[in-house]
Amino acid sequence: MNTMKTTSADLAPHVGAGISLKEIEQRFSTPDGEIIALTEVNLEIAAGEFLVILGPSGCGKTTLLRIIAGLLKSTEGSVTVGGEPLWNGGTRNDTAVGNLGVVFQDANLFPWMSIEDNIALPLKLTGVDRATRRRRAGELCELVGISGFEKRWPKELSGGMRQRAAIARALSRDPQILLMDEPFGALDAMTRDQMNLELQRIWMESGCTIVLVTHSIREAVFLADRLLLLSPRPGRMDTLETIKIARPRDIYVQTDPKFQSYEIEMRRRLDSFS
Amino acid sequence: MQKYSSLIATPLILVALVLLWDAYIRVFDVSPFILPPPGSVWEATKDLLADSGTFGHIWVTFVETVVGFLIAVVVGVVLGGILGKVRWLEQTLSPLIVGLQVMPKVALIPLFIVWFGFGMTSKIVLAAVLAFFPIMTNTILGIKSVDRGHRDVMLSLNASRWQTFRDVELPSALPFILTGMEVGIVLATIGAIVGEYLGGNDGLGYMAIATLNAFDVDAMFGVILLMTVLGLVLYFAVVGIRRFVTPWHEAVTRDKE
Ligand SMILES: Nc1ncnc2c1ncn2[C@@H]1O[C@H](COP(=O)(O)OP(=O)(O)OP(=O)(O)O)[C@@H](O)[C@H]1O
Ligand SMILES: [Mg+2]
Repeated sequence: MNTMKTTSADLAPHVGAGISLKEIEQRFSTPDGEIIALTEVNLEIAAGEFLVILGPSGCGKTTLLRIIAGLLKSTEGSVTVGGEPLWNGGTRNDTAVGNLGVVFQDANLFPWMSIEDNIALPLKLTGVDRATRRRRAGELCELVGISGFEKRWPKELSGGMRQRAAIARALSRDPQILLMDEPFGALDAMTRDQMNLELQRIWMESGCTIVLVTHSIREAVFLADRLLLLSPRPGRMDTLETIKIARPRDIYVQTDPKFQSYEIEMRRRLDSFS
Repeated sequence: MQKYSSLIATPLILVALVLLWDAYIRVFDVSPFILPPPGSVWEATKDLLADSGTFGHIWVTFVETVVGFLIAVVVGVVLGGILGKVRWLEQTLSPLIVGLQVMPKVALIPLFIVWFGFGMTSKIVLAAVLAFFPIMTNTILGIKSVDRGHRDVMLSLNASRWQTFRDVELPSALPFILTGMEVGIVLATIGAIVGEYLGGNDGLGYMAIATLNAFDVDAMFGVILLMTVLGLVLYFAVVGIRRFVTPWHEAVTRDKE
């Protein structure tokens, strides 16, 4: 079976960076006029925190993640990463995004690179030599459970395997901040549970800050230190809930009444939107 | 089964066309000066191939085409790469480019002959000029059609402009560049031959004119046959490159199946 193996691929423990969002508003101009995708987002994400964002489709989750990643400059408001402002006027502060790993909603692998080269690309860009890159890619493949596929083209992998390769790529620089946009959406329930466990382990070992977007309430409660629920468009912060369940959590925590009450609470809140 | 159908059907169609050609001449009693029968064209071609001078002419056309084509590839990809990346430059130059593209380049041959003489250079230049435009425009298109998600990945990794070009834009553009090259090699062949028609004493184009002036219609058809074979060989050589350069591309596996 293709599960993530429990290897301690040298995840150097390091402390993640905090993220601060102030008065974020994002407007888009569309052919039907201007729309407000996000408004009044004020959030302090602590260094090493695991924040999960939940919300109905189209509420601005991806947009918020893109703003944190520095891929999009919010129309209003300011973002600070590791104490440094993300934007100096119109230009992005490259040191602030220096150690960032992003897993996009689509795997976004490069079809012209082997899986190995895709995973090690972030290292290539920082000038790491080929032998080290190859070794690191091998370790990461093992970590996400796609060992043996290092030399294949992305087109030869299944959707779920491609997504794992994308996760491996995001981890390759030992990022201080990991942003994940529905990373496990393409996986079956069983694999998903295993990936969740594995992600928790990676996060606990590395100490990085994680912001993860999901549509699954269960996944959200399972992974989160804090859970942010966004309202439908225009996306606002609806609920910010601290999940007080001890770690490491195992799969059976889902039968815990405390876990279930969080789940039900979030479900009610989400249902109230429609 | 479908895999082999073209291997059988294509030659059959060819044979049928030749038979039709032969039958047409017999039935309507066409003068051999208008359209010679396939049998005499075949004989004339064999005579041509028996003459060592013919290979010299084939070689000249081959060299003109290939050299012109290679120049077009280098210049087209470099210029296309620059124009694809530098938006304002492309916008400034685009009226000029469109103008040059629309201009009938064949009309420039007398000028090329004045500039570069009756030798191979003027034909190489014409081949290059004809092949250059599809290669450049396809390169620009390729660089511009980089996937947004791929751009985001490079942005999130803080990649430099050069790194983004080398690792993402150029490989994304490759399938487009190859398409431009497939069109380009055909145009380069045409360029070299038309150049030979109009000036000089070498190449298949010159041979066609020479046989026509000698009223040797059979041999002229033989020369056309040789041109076609040369063009096909060059075209399929370029098509074959795709398999080596972009084995990752969807189109490549689909062909193999
Ligand atoms: N570049 C853009 N131009 C115009 N509108 C946009 C743009 N990007 C996002 N939007 C709009 O902003 C809103 C939020 O989009 P976003 O992708 O952030 O939603 P999401 O919460 O990630 O949804 P999903 O759960 O379906 O992925 C949507 O209404 C979308 O149409
Ligand atoms: Mg989204």
